[in-house]
Amino acid sequence: MATKASRAAARLMISPSVLLLLGWMIVPLSMTLYFSFLRYNLIMPGDNPFVGWENYYWFFTDPSFKDAMINTLLLVGGVLLITVIGGTLFALLLDQPMWGQGIIRIMVIAPFFVMPTVSGLVWKNMFMNPVNGIFGHLASSLGLQPLDFFSQIPLLSIILIVSWQWLPFATLILLTALQSLDQEQLEAAEMDGASWASRFWYIMLPHLARAITVVILIQTIFLLSIFAEILVTTNGGPGTATTNLTYLIYVSSLLQYDVGMGSAGGVIAIILANIVAIFLMRMIGKNLDA
Amino acid sequence: MARAVTPSRKAFTTVVAGLLGLMMFFPVLWIFILSFKSEGDAIKAPMEILFNTGWTTESYGAVQERSDYFKHFWNSVIISVGSTVLGLAVAIPAAWAMAFVPGKRTKDVLMWMLSTKMLPPVGVLVPIYLIFRDLGLLDSRVGLVFVLMMINLPIIIWMLYTYFREIPGEILEAARMDGASLRNEVIYVLTPMAVPGMASTMLLNVILAWNEAFWTLNLTAANAAPLTAFIASYSSPEGLFYAKLSAASVMAIAPILIMGWFSQKQLVRGLTFGAVK
Repeated sequence: MATKASRAAARLMISPSVLLLLGWMIVPLSMTLYFSFLRYNLIMPGDNPFVGWENYYWFFTDPSFKDAMINTLLLVGGVLLITVIGGTLFALLLDQPMWGQGIIRIMVIAPFFVMPTVSGLVWKNMFMNPVNGIFGHLASSLGLQPLDFFSQIPLLSIILIVSWQWLPFATLILLTALQSLDQEQLEAAEMDGASWASRFWYIMLPHLARAITVVILIQTIFLLSIFAEILVTTNGGPGTATTNLTYLIYVSSLLQYDVGMGSAGGVIAIILANIVAIFLMRMIGKNLDA
Repeated sequence: MARAVTPSRKAFTTVVAGLLGLMMFFPVLWIFILSFKSEGDAIKAPMEILFNTGWTTESYGAVQERSDYFKHFWNSVIISVGSTVLGLAVAIPAAWAMAFVPGKRTKDVLMWMLSTKMLPPVGVLVPIYLIFRDLGLLDSRVGLVFVLMMINLPIIIWMLYTYFREIPGEILEAARMDGASLRNEVIYVLTPMAVPGMASTMLLNVILAWNEAFWTLNLTAANAAPLTAFIASYSSPEGLFYAKLSAASVMAIAPILIMGWFSQKQLVRGLTFGAVK
Protein backbone atom coordinates (compact mmCIF):
# COMPACT_ATOMS: atom_id res chain seq x y z
CA MET A 1 0.00 0.00 0.00
CA ALA A 2 3.00 2.25 0.55
CA THR A 3 4.08 3.80 -2.70
CA LYS A 4 7.37 5.48 -3.46
CA ALA A 5 5.78 8.90 -3.15
CA SER A 6 4.24 8.09 0.21
CA ARG A 7 7.59 6.79 1.47
CA ALA A 8 9.23 10.06 0.53
CA ALA A 9 6.44 11.95 2.27
CA ALA A 10 6.82 9.75 5.33
CA ARG A 11 10.51 10.46 5.51
CA LEU A 12 9.77 14.17 5.28
CA MET A 13 7.25 13.88 8.11
CA ILE A 14 9.65 12.03 10.38
CA SER A 15 12.70 14.18 9.75
CA PRO A 16 11.89 17.17 12.03
CA SER A 17 11.60 14.86 15.04
CA VAL A 18 14.74 12.95 14.11
CA LEU A 19 16.77 16.11 13.54
CA LEU A 20 15.61 17.70 16.80
CA LEU A 21 16.33 14.61 18.88
CA LEU A 22 19.64 14.07 17.12
CA GLY A 23 20.68 17.64 17.87
CA TRP A 24 19.40 17.38 21.45
CA MET A 25 21.50 14.27 21.94
CA ILE A 26 24.67 14.97 20.04
CA VAL A 27 25.36 18.63 20.76
CA PRO A 28 25.17 18.60 24.58
CA LEU A 29 26.62 15.09 24.85
CA SER A 30 29.70 15.90 22.86
CA MET A 31 30.08 19.15 24.81
CA THR A 32 29.90 17.26 28.11
CA LEU A 33 32.47 14.79 26.87
CA TYR A 34 34.73 17.60 25.62
CA PHE A 35 34.45 19.69 28.81
CA SER A 36 35.22 16.65 30.93
CA PHE A 37 38.76 16.71 29.59
CA LEU A 38 39.34 20.44 30.23
CA ARG A 39 40.37 22.40 33.27
CA TYR A 40 37.44 24.76 33.05
CA ASN A 41 36.07 26.80 35.94
CA LEU A 42 33.62 29.62 35.33
CA ILE A 43 35.02 31.88 38.06
CA MET A 44 38.61 31.42 36.93
CA PRO A 45 39.04 33.30 33.66
CA GLY A 46 41.69 32.42 31.11
CA ASP A 47 42.03 29.62 28.64
CA ASN A 48 40.81 26.15 29.45
CA PRO A 49 43.70 23.73 28.93
CA PHE A 50 43.26 20.12 27.96
CA VAL A 51 44.09 18.02 31.01
CA GLY A 52 43.28 14.47 29.93
CA TRP A 53 41.76 12.30 32.64
CA GLU A 54 42.53 14.74 35.46
CA ASN A 55 38.87 15.61 36.16
CA TYR A 56 37.96 11.94 36.28
CA TYR A 57 40.89 11.32 38.57
CA TRP A 58 39.79 14.07 40.99
CA PHE A 59 36.19 13.02 40.75
CA PHE A 60 36.94 9.37 41.57
CA THR A 61 39.36 10.18 44.40
CA ASP A 62 37.07 12.79 45.96
CA PRO A 63 35.62 11.16 49.10
CA SER A 64 32.24 12.72 48.36
CA PHE A 65 32.11 10.73 45.12
CA LYS A 66 32.26 7.46 47.02
CA ASP A 67 29.57 8.73 49.40
CA ALA A 68 27.44 9.87 46.49
CA MET A 69 27.70 6.49 44.76
CA ILE A 70 26.74 4.64 47.93
CA ASN A 71 23.86 7.05 48.57
CA THR A 72 22.67 6.67 44.99
CA LEU A 73 22.68 2.87 45.32
CA LEU A 74 20.91 2.97 48.70
CA LEU A 75 18.35 5.47 47.45
CA VAL A 76 17.55 3.56 44.27
CA GLY A 77 17.68 0.17 45.99
CA GLY A 78 15.64 1.27 48.99
CA VAL A 79 12.90 2.87 46.94
CA LEU A 80 12.78 -0.13 44.58
CA LEU A 81 12.46 -2.54 47.50
CA ILE A 82 9.60 -0.60 49.08
CA THR A 83 7.73 0.19 45.88
CA VAL A 84 8.01 -3.26 44.29
CA ILE A 85 6.92 -5.17 47.41
CA GLY A 86 4.35 -2.55 48.40
CA GLY A 87 3.15 -2.17 44.82
CA THR A 88 2.65 -5.93 44.44
CA LEU A 89 0.64 -6.08 47.68
CA PHE A 90 -1.43 -3.02 46.72
CA ALA A 91 -2.07 -4.42 43.26
CA LEU A 92 -3.19 -7.79 44.63
CA LEU A 93 -5.48 -6.01 47.07
CA LEU A 94 -6.96 -3.60 44.54
CA ASP A 95 -7.60 -6.50 42.17
CA GLN A 96 -10.06 -8.02 44.68
CA PRO A 97 -13.74 -7.22 44.43
CA MET A 98 -14.71 -4.30 46.71
CA TRP A 99 -17.01 -1.35 46.93
CA GLY A 100 -15.80 2.05 45.80
CA GLN A 101 -12.86 0.60 43.91
CA GLY A 102 -12.58 3.65 41.66
CA ILE A 103 -12.30 6.08 44.57
CA ILE A 104 -9.83 3.91 46.45
CA ARG A 105 -7.65 3.52 43.38
CA ILE A 106 -7.65 7.27 42.83
CA MET A 107 -6.52 7.85 46.41
CA VAL A 108 -3.68 5.35 46.02
CA ILE A 109 -2.51 6.85 42.75
CA ALA A 110 -2.75 10.52 43.77
CA PRO A 111 0.81 10.90 45.16
CA PHE A 112 2.26 10.31 41.70
CA PHE A 113 0.72 13.59 40.53
CA VAL A 114 2.13 15.70 43.34
CA MET A 115 5.10 17.71 42.14
CA PRO A 116 8.46 16.72 43.69
CA THR A 117 9.07 20.04 45.44
CA VAL A 118 5.66 19.92 47.12
CA SER A 119 6.06 16.35 48.36
CA GLY A 120 9.56 17.11 49.62
CA LEU A 121 8.51 20.19 51.56
CA VAL A 122 5.22 18.81 52.85
CA TRP A 123 6.83 15.66 54.23
CA LYS A 124 9.74 17.61 55.66
CA ASN A 125 7.63 20.21 57.45
CA MET A 126 4.16 18.86 58.09
CA PHE A 127 5.19 15.29 58.92
CA MET A 128 8.88 14.88 59.73
CA ASN A 129 9.55 18.13 61.58
CA PRO A 130 10.35 17.03 65.16
CA VAL A 131 8.48 19.97 66.76
CA ASN A 132 5.54 20.84 64.54
CA GLY A 133 5.22 17.76 62.34
CA ILE A 134 2.54 15.13 62.80
CA PHE A 135 5.06 12.41 63.64
CA GLY A 136 6.59 14.72 66.24
CA HIS A 137 3.20 15.47 67.82
CA LEU A 138 2.37 11.78 67.76
CA ALA A 139 5.62 10.84 69.50
CA SER A 140 5.26 13.50 72.21
CA SER A 141 1.65 12.54 72.90
CA LEU A 142 2.88 8.98 73.48
CA GLY A 143 5.59 10.32 75.75
CA LEU A 144 8.39 9.43 73.34
CA GLN A 145 11.33 11.51 72.19
CA PRO A 146 10.39 12.83 68.72
CA LEU A 147 12.62 11.62 65.92
CA ASP A 148 14.53 14.33 64.09
CA PHE A 149 14.22 12.67 60.70
CA PHE A 150 16.60 14.77 58.66
CA SER A 151 19.46 14.76 61.13
CA GLN A 152 19.09 11.24 62.53
CA ILE A 153 18.00 9.26 59.47
CA PRO A 154 18.42 11.70 56.58
CA LEU A 155 18.78 9.25 53.72
CA LEU A 156 16.02 6.97 54.96
CA SER A 157 13.72 10.00 55.20
CA ILE A 158 14.38 10.80 51.55
CA ILE A 159 13.85 7.15 50.63
CA LEU A 160 10.46 7.24 52.37
CA ILE A 161 9.37 10.42 50.60
CA VAL A 162 10.42 9.16 47.18
CA SER A 163 8.78 5.78 47.86
CA TRP A 164 5.51 7.55 48.61
CA GLN A 165 5.77 9.24 45.22
CA TRP A 166 6.60 6.09 43.26
CA LEU A 167 4.47 3.48 45.01
CA PRO A 168 1.45 4.53 42.90
CA PHE A 169 3.40 3.98 39.70
CA ALA A 170 4.42 0.45 40.67
CA THR A 171 0.88 -0.30 41.88
CA LEU A 172 -0.71 0.93 38.69
CA ILE A 173 1.63 -1.00 36.38
CA LEU A 174 1.35 -4.21 38.40
CA LEU A 175 -2.43 -3.84 38.64
CA THR A 176 -2.61 -3.48 34.87
CA ALA A 177 -0.52 -6.62 34.47
CA LEU A 178 -2.59 -8.51 37.02
CA GLN A 179 -5.82 -7.67 35.23
CA SER A 180 -4.54 -9.29 32.05
CA LEU A 181 -4.08 -12.58 33.92
CA ASP A 182 -6.21 -15.45 32.67
CA GLN A 183 -8.87 -15.89 35.36
CA GLU A 184 -9.83 -19.38 34.16
CA GLN A 185 -6.35 -20.61 34.88
CA LEU A 186 -6.66 -19.36 38.45
CA GLU A 187 -10.08 -20.92 38.85
CA ALA A 188 -8.86 -24.22 37.50
CA ALA A 189 -6.01 -24.20 39.99
CA GLU A 190 -8.44 -23.36 42.76
CA MET A 191 -10.72 -26.24 41.80
CA ASP A 192 -7.75 -28.58 41.82
CA GLY A 193 -7.23 -27.54 45.41
CA ALA A 194 -4.28 -25.18 45.07
CA SER A 195 -3.94 -22.91 48.09
CA TRP A 196 -3.84 -19.13 47.74
CA ALA A 197 -0.10 -19.15 48.44
CA SER A 198 0.68 -21.65 45.72
CA ARG A 199 -1.65 -19.89 43.29
CA PHE A 200 0.25 -16.70 44.00
CA TRP A 201 3.66 -18.33 43.79
CA TYR A 202 3.13 -20.51 40.71
CA ILE A 203 0.65 -18.52 38.64
CA MET A 204 0.48 -14.85 39.63
CA LEU A 205 4.13 -14.15 40.38
CA PRO A 206 5.49 -15.66 37.13
CA HIS A 207 2.83 -13.65 35.28
CA LEU A 208 3.92 -10.51 37.14
CA ALA A 209 7.64 -11.14 36.68
CA ARG A 210 7.81 -9.24 33.44
CA ALA A 211 5.88 -6.25 34.78
CA ILE A 212 8.05 -6.19 37.89
CA THR A 213 11.16 -6.12 35.73
CA VAL A 214 9.74 -3.21 33.76
CA VAL A 215 8.87 -1.34 36.96
CA ILE A 216 12.41 -1.87 38.26
CA LEU A 217 14.07 -0.72 35.04
CA ILE A 218 11.90 2.35 34.45
CA GLN A 219 11.99 3.46 38.06
CA THR A 220 15.77 3.03 38.18
CA ILE A 221 16.15 5.40 35.25
CA PHE A 222 14.05 8.03 37.01
CA LEU A 223 15.43 7.35 40.49
CA LEU A 224 19.03 7.85 39.36
CA SER A 225 17.99 11.43 38.62
CA ILE A 226 16.29 12.27 41.94
CA PHE A 227 17.11 15.92 42.57
CA ALA A 228 14.31 18.23 43.69
CA GLU A 229 13.38 16.20 46.77
CA ILE A 230 16.98 16.48 48.01
CA LEU A 231 17.30 20.14 47.11
CA VAL A 232 14.26 21.26 49.12
CA THR A 233 14.79 19.01 52.15
CA THR A 234 18.47 18.55 53.00
CA ASN A 235 20.59 20.22 50.31
CA GLY A 236 22.53 16.98 50.24
CA GLY A 237 23.40 17.13 53.93
CA PRO A 238 24.13 16.77 56.73
CA GLY A 239 27.63 16.58 55.27
CA THR A 240 27.16 14.35 52.26
CA ALA A 241 24.63 12.05 53.92
CA THR A 242 21.97 12.62 51.27
CA THR A 243 24.10 13.65 48.29
CA ASN A 244 23.45 11.36 45.35
CA LEU A 245 25.34 11.43 42.07
CA THR A 246 22.90 13.85 40.44
CA TYR A 247 23.12 16.24 43.37
CA LEU A 248 26.92 16.01 43.52
CA ILE A 249 27.18 16.95 39.85
CA TYR A 250 24.79 19.85 40.43
CA VAL A 251 26.99 21.06 43.31
CA SER A 252 30.24 20.88 41.38
CA SER A 253 28.91 22.45 38.21
CA LEU A 254 26.35 25.06 39.29
CA LEU A 255 27.49 25.87 42.83
CA GLN A 256 31.26 25.52 42.47
CA TYR A 257 31.24 26.51 38.78
CA ASP A 258 33.63 23.68 37.98
CA VAL A 259 32.55 22.84 34.45
CA GLY A 260 35.27 20.25 33.90
CA MET A 261 34.52 18.32 37.05
CA GLY A 262 30.75 18.55 36.61
CA SER A 263 31.10 17.23 33.08
CA ALA A 264 33.24 14.31 34.17
CA GLY A 265 30.51 13.46 36.68
CA GLY A 266 27.92 13.85 33.94
CA VAL A 267 29.72 11.31 31.76
CA ILE A 268 29.75 8.85 34.65
CA ALA A 269 26.01 9.40 35.22
CA ILE A 270 25.31 8.77 31.54
CA ILE A 271 27.28 5.52 31.56
CA LEU A 272 25.43 4.34 34.68
CA ALA A 273 22.01 5.13 33.21
CA ASN A 274 22.95 3.43 29.96
CA ILE A 275 23.68 0.15 31.67
CA VAL A 276 20.07 0.10 32.89
CA ALA A 277 18.72 1.47 29.64
CA ILE A 278 20.21 -1.35 27.58
CA PHE A 279 18.15 -3.92 29.47
CA LEU A 280 15.03 -1.80 29.31
CA MET A 281 15.37 -1.17 25.58
CA ARG A 282 15.76 -4.89 24.98
CA MET A 283 12.47 -5.57 26.75
CA ILE A 284 10.67 -2.83 24.87
CA GLY A 285 12.14 -4.04 21.58
CA LYS A 286 10.82 -7.55 22.11
CA ASN A 287 7.31 -6.24 22.61
CA LEU A 288 7.35 -3.94 19.62
CA ASP A 289 6.06 -5.67 16.52
CA ALA A 290 6.51 -2.85 14.10
CA MET B 1 -14.89 -13.44 35.16
CA ALA B 2 -15.75 -12.04 38.53
CA ARG B 3 -15.99 -14.83 41.01
CA ALA B 4 -18.71 -14.95 43.60
CA VAL B 5 -17.47 -13.47 46.87
CA THR B 6 -19.24 -13.35 50.15
CA PRO B 7 -20.39 -9.85 51.14
CA SER B 8 -18.46 -10.06 54.39
CA ARG B 9 -15.22 -10.71 52.55
CA LYS B 10 -15.99 -7.90 50.15
CA ALA B 11 -16.64 -5.58 53.08
CA PHE B 12 -13.38 -6.63 54.70
CA THR B 13 -11.42 -5.95 51.50
CA THR B 14 -13.13 -2.59 51.15
CA VAL B 15 -12.15 -1.54 54.67
CA VAL B 16 -8.52 -2.66 54.33
CA ALA B 17 -8.07 -1.11 50.90
CA GLY B 18 -9.90 2.03 51.98
CA LEU B 19 -7.59 2.51 54.94
CA LEU B 20 -4.51 2.01 52.77
CA GLY B 21 -5.89 4.41 50.19
CA LEU B 22 -6.55 6.96 52.91
CA MET B 23 -2.98 6.57 54.18
CA MET B 24 -1.53 7.20 50.73
CA PHE B 25 -3.85 10.15 50.16
CA PHE B 26 -3.51 11.58 53.66
CA PRO B 27 -0.66 14.08 52.98
CA VAL B 28 -2.71 15.65 50.20
CA LEU B 29 -5.80 15.75 52.40
CA TRP B 30 -3.80 17.22 55.26
CA ILE B 31 -2.38 20.17 53.32
CA PHE B 32 -5.88 20.81 52.01
CA ILE B 33 -7.06 21.14 55.63
CA LEU B 34 -4.04 23.18 56.74
CA SER B 35 -4.47 25.60 53.85
CA PHE B 36 -7.72 26.77 55.47
CA LYS B 37 -6.17 27.35 58.90
CA SER B 38 -4.38 30.38 60.32
CA GLU B 39 -0.60 30.14 60.66
CA GLY B 40 -0.82 29.91 64.43
CA ASP B 41 -3.30 27.03 64.25
CA ALA B 42 -1.45 25.15 61.52
CA ILE B 43 1.40 24.08 63.80
CA LYS B 44 -0.82 22.75 66.59
CA ALA B 45 -1.27 19.07 67.38
CA PRO B 46 -3.27 17.23 64.70
CA MET B 47 -6.29 16.45 66.88
CA GLU B 48 -6.50 20.05 68.00
CA ILE B 49 -6.29 21.27 64.41
CA LEU B 50 -9.11 18.95 63.37
CA PHE B 51 -11.54 19.67 66.20
CA ASN B 52 -10.51 22.89 67.89
CA THR B 53 -9.64 25.50 65.29
CA GLY B 54 -11.58 27.79 62.98
CA TRP B 55 -11.44 27.99 59.23
CA THR B 56 -10.07 30.84 57.16
CA THR B 57 -9.04 31.52 53.59
CA GLU B 58 -6.47 34.15 54.54
CA SER B 59 -3.51 32.00 53.48
CA TYR B 60 -4.64 31.96 49.88
CA GLY B 61 -4.66 35.74 49.80
CA ALA B 62 -1.36 35.94 51.65
CA VAL B 63 0.39 33.67 49.16
CA GLN B 64 -0.67 35.83 46.25
CA GLU B 65 0.28 39.04 48.04
CA ARG B 66 3.64 37.86 49.30
CA SER B 67 5.00 36.49 46.08
CA ASP B 68 2.75 37.14 43.10
CA TYR B 69 1.53 33.56 42.97
CA PHE B 70 -0.37 33.88 39.73
CA LYS B 71 2.67 34.95 37.78
CA HIS B 72 4.23 31.57 38.61
CA PHE B 73 0.97 29.78 37.99
CA TRP B 74 0.89 31.32 34.53
CA ASN B 75 4.50 30.34 33.94
CA SER B 76 3.56 26.76 34.73
CA VAL B 77 0.58 26.89 32.38
CA ILE B 78 2.56 28.44 29.54
CA ILE B 79 5.55 26.14 29.93
CA SER B 80 3.61 22.88 30.28
CA VAL B 81 0.95 23.60 27.64
CA GLY B 82 3.43 25.31 25.33
CA SER B 83 5.96 22.51 25.40
CA THR B 84 3.23 19.90 24.89
CA VAL B 85 1.55 21.68 21.97
CA LEU B 86 4.89 22.29 20.28
CA GLY B 87 5.85 18.67 20.90
CA LEU B 88 2.58 17.47 19.38
CA ALA B 89 3.13 19.63 16.32
CA VAL B 90 6.48 17.97 15.70
CA ALA B 91 5.41 14.49 16.77
CA ILE B 92 2.07 14.06 14.99
CA PRO B 93 3.54 13.90 11.47
CA ALA B 94 6.33 11.60 12.62
CA ALA B 95 4.06 9.20 14.50
CA TRP B 96 1.56 9.30 11.66
CA ALA B 97 4.18 8.38 9.09
CA MET B 98 5.65 5.59 11.20
CA ALA B 99 2.23 4.11 11.97
CA PHE B 100 0.69 4.27 8.50
CA VAL B 101 3.72 4.01 6.21
CA PRO B 102 6.03 1.73 8.19
CA GLY B 103 9.34 1.01 6.51
CA LYS B 104 12.14 -1.40 7.22
CA ARG B 105 13.80 0.87 9.69
CA THR B 106 10.73 2.24 11.47
CA LYS B 107 11.28 0.06 14.48
CA ASP B 108 14.91 1.10 14.79
CA VAL B 109 14.04 4.78 14.52
CA LEU B 110 11.35 4.44 17.17
CA MET B 111 13.67 2.55 19.50
CA TRP B 112 16.37 5.13 19.01
CA MET B 113 13.92 7.94 19.81
CA LEU B 114 12.93 6.18 23.03
CA SER B 115 16.57 5.70 23.97
CA THR B 116 17.08 9.47 24.04
CA LYS B 117 14.62 9.54 26.95
CA MET B 118 17.00 7.38 28.97
CA LEU B 119 19.67 10.08 28.96
CA PRO B 120 20.03 11.40 32.52
CA PRO B 121 19.35 15.15 32.53
CA VAL B 122 22.30 15.80 34.80
CA GLY B 123 24.60 14.44 32.08
CA VAL B 124 23.82 17.42 29.89
CA LEU B 125 23.23 20.00 32.63
CA VAL B 126 26.49 21.87 32.09
CA PRO B 127 26.30 22.30 28.30
CA ILE B 128 22.61 23.23 28.35
CA TYR B 129 23.27 25.74 31.12
CA LEU B 130 26.17 27.32 29.21
CA ILE B 131 24.30 27.39 25.91
CA PHE B 132 21.33 29.01 27.63
CA ARG B 133 23.59 31.56 29.31
CA ASP B 134 25.22 32.50 26.00
CA LEU B 135 21.89 32.75 24.20
CA GLY B 136 20.31 34.74 27.03
CA LEU B 137 17.73 31.99 27.61
CA LEU B 138 18.37 31.48 31.33
CA ASP B 139 15.26 32.31 33.34
CA SER B 140 13.13 32.57 30.20
CA ARG B 141 9.92 30.75 29.43
CA VAL B 142 10.95 30.24 25.81
CA GLY B 143 14.02 28.29 26.87
CA LEU B 144 12.06 26.08 29.25
CA VAL B 145 9.34 25.41 26.67
CA PHE B 146 12.04 24.16 24.33
CA VAL B 147 13.83 22.00 26.91
CA LEU B 148 10.64 20.39 28.18
CA MET B 149 9.45 19.79 24.64
CA MET B 150 12.69 17.95 23.89
CA ILE B 151 12.46 15.91 27.07
CA ASN B 152 8.92 14.75 26.43
CA LEU B 153 9.14 14.41 22.64
CA PRO B 154 10.06 10.69 22.75
CA ILE B 155 7.07 9.96 25.00
CA ILE B 156 4.73 12.01 22.82
CA ILE B 157 5.87 10.28 19.63
CA TRP B 158 5.65 6.89 21.26
CA MET B 159 2.13 7.39 22.63
CA LEU B 160 0.79 8.81 19.39
CA TYR B 161 2.36 5.94 17.47
CA THR B 162 0.63 3.32 19.63
CA TYR B 163 -2.72 5.13 19.31
CA PHE B 164 -2.41 5.54 15.56
CA ARG B 165 -1.53 1.89 15.11
CA GLU B 166 -4.80 0.91 16.73
CA ILE B 167 -6.70 2.53 13.88
CA PRO B 168 -7.61 -0.40 11.63
CA GLY B 169 -6.29 -0.22 8.09
CA GLU B 170 -9.46 -1.84 6.72
CA ILE B 171 -11.45 1.28 7.46
CA LEU B 172 -9.06 3.35 5.36
CA GLU B 173 -9.30 0.85 2.53
CA ALA B 174 -13.08 0.88 2.72
CA ALA B 175 -13.09 4.66 2.53
CA ARG B 176 -10.79 4.51 -0.47
CA MET B 177 -13.01 1.94 -2.21
CA ASP B 178 -15.94 4.23 -1.71
CA GLY B 179 -13.98 6.83 -3.65
CA ALA B 180 -12.77 9.11 -0.84
CA SER B 181 -9.88 11.32 -1.84
CA LEU B 182 -6.77 11.35 0.31
CA ARG B 183 -7.80 14.71 1.71
CA ASN B 184 -11.27 13.49 2.65
CA GLU B 185 -9.81 10.30 4.02
CA VAL B 186 -7.61 12.27 6.38
CA ILE B 187 -10.28 14.78 7.40
CA TYR B 188 -13.33 12.55 7.74
CA VAL B 189 -11.94 9.12 8.55
CA LEU B 190 -8.53 9.34 10.17
CA THR B 191 -8.78 12.52 12.20
CA PRO B 192 -11.93 11.63 14.17
CA MET B 193 -10.36 8.31 15.10
CA ALA B 194 -7.04 9.88 16.05
CA VAL B 195 -8.33 12.76 18.17
CA PRO B 196 -8.95 10.80 21.39
CA GLY B 197 -5.40 9.43 21.31
CA MET B 198 -4.00 12.89 20.72
CA ALA B 199 -6.03 14.28 23.62
CA SER B 200 -4.79 11.57 25.99
CA THR B 201 -1.21 12.15 24.89
CA MET B 202 -1.59 15.85 25.48
CA LEU B 203 -3.07 15.31 28.93
CA LEU B 204 -0.28 13.06 30.19
CA ASN B 205 2.45 15.27 28.82
CA VAL B 206 1.00 18.44 30.30
CA ILE B 207 1.09 16.61 33.65
CA LEU B 208 4.69 15.48 33.17
CA ALA B 209 5.82 18.95 32.13
CA TRP B 210 3.90 20.62 34.98
CA ASN B 211 5.69 18.46 37.55
CA GLU B 212 9.13 18.50 35.92
CA ALA B 213 11.54 19.68 38.60
CA PHE B 214 15.10 19.31 37.37
CA TRP B 215 15.29 21.76 34.51
CA THR B 216 12.73 24.15 35.96
CA LEU B 217 14.78 24.45 39.15
CA ASN B 218 18.14 24.79 37.44
CA LEU B 219 17.28 27.07 34.54
CA THR B 220 14.99 29.63 36.18
CA ALA B 221 15.24 32.38 38.77
CA ALA B 222 12.59 34.96 39.64
CA ASN B 223 11.00 35.63 36.27
CA ALA B 224 10.24 32.40 34.48
CA ALA B 225 9.99 30.21 37.59
CA PRO B 226 7.00 27.88 37.34
CA LEU B 227 5.28 26.50 40.45
CA THR B 228 7.84 23.73 41.01
CA ALA B 229 10.56 26.34 41.46
CA PHE B 230 8.29 28.80 43.29
CA ILE B 231 7.32 26.18 45.90
CA ALA B 232 11.00 25.38 46.38
CA SER B 233 11.45 28.92 47.74
CA TYR B 234 9.59 27.72 50.85
CA SER B 235 12.60 25.58 51.77
CA SER B 236 14.16 28.68 53.37
CA PRO B 237 11.11 30.44 54.82
CA GLU B 238 10.72 33.41 57.12
CA GLY B 239 8.50 32.92 60.17
CA LEU B 240 5.47 30.66 60.30
CA PHE B 241 4.62 29.32 56.89
CA TYR B 242 2.75 26.00 57.15
CA ALA B 243 -0.63 27.42 56.14
CA LYS B 244 0.87 29.46 53.31
CA LEU B 245 2.93 26.51 52.07
CA SER B 246 -0.24 24.41 52.18
CA ALA B 247 -2.28 26.96 50.26
CA ALA B 248 0.43 27.37 47.63
CA SER B 249 0.80 23.58 47.34
CA VAL B 250 -2.94 22.93 47.06
CA MET B 251 -3.23 25.41 44.21
CA ALA B 252 -0.16 23.92 42.53
CA ILE B 253 -1.30 20.30 42.61
CA ALA B 254 -5.09 20.60 42.37
CA PRO B 255 -5.31 21.07 38.58
CA ILE B 256 -2.88 18.22 38.00
CA LEU B 257 -4.62 15.86 40.43
CA ILE B 258 -7.86 16.36 38.56
CA MET B 259 -6.19 15.82 35.20
CA GLY B 260 -4.30 12.86 36.60
CA TRP B 261 -7.50 11.09 37.58
CA PHE B 262 -8.52 11.12 33.95
CA SER B 263 -5.20 9.84 32.70
CA GLN B 264 -4.49 6.73 34.78
CA LYS B 265 -4.63 4.47 31.74
CA GLN B 266 -2.43 6.74 29.63
CA LEU B 267 0.12 6.74 32.42
CA VAL B 268 0.74 3.04 31.94
CA ARG B 269 0.88 3.40 28.19
CA GLY B 270 3.05 6.49 28.16
CA LEU B 271 5.61 5.54 30.78
CA THR B 272 6.17 1.86 30.07
CA PHE B 273 6.56 2.20 26.31
CA GLY B 274 4.33 -0.80 25.66
CA ALA B 275 6.42 -3.14 27.77
CA VAL B 276 3.37 -3.83 29.96
CA LYS B 277 -0.04 -4.45 28.48
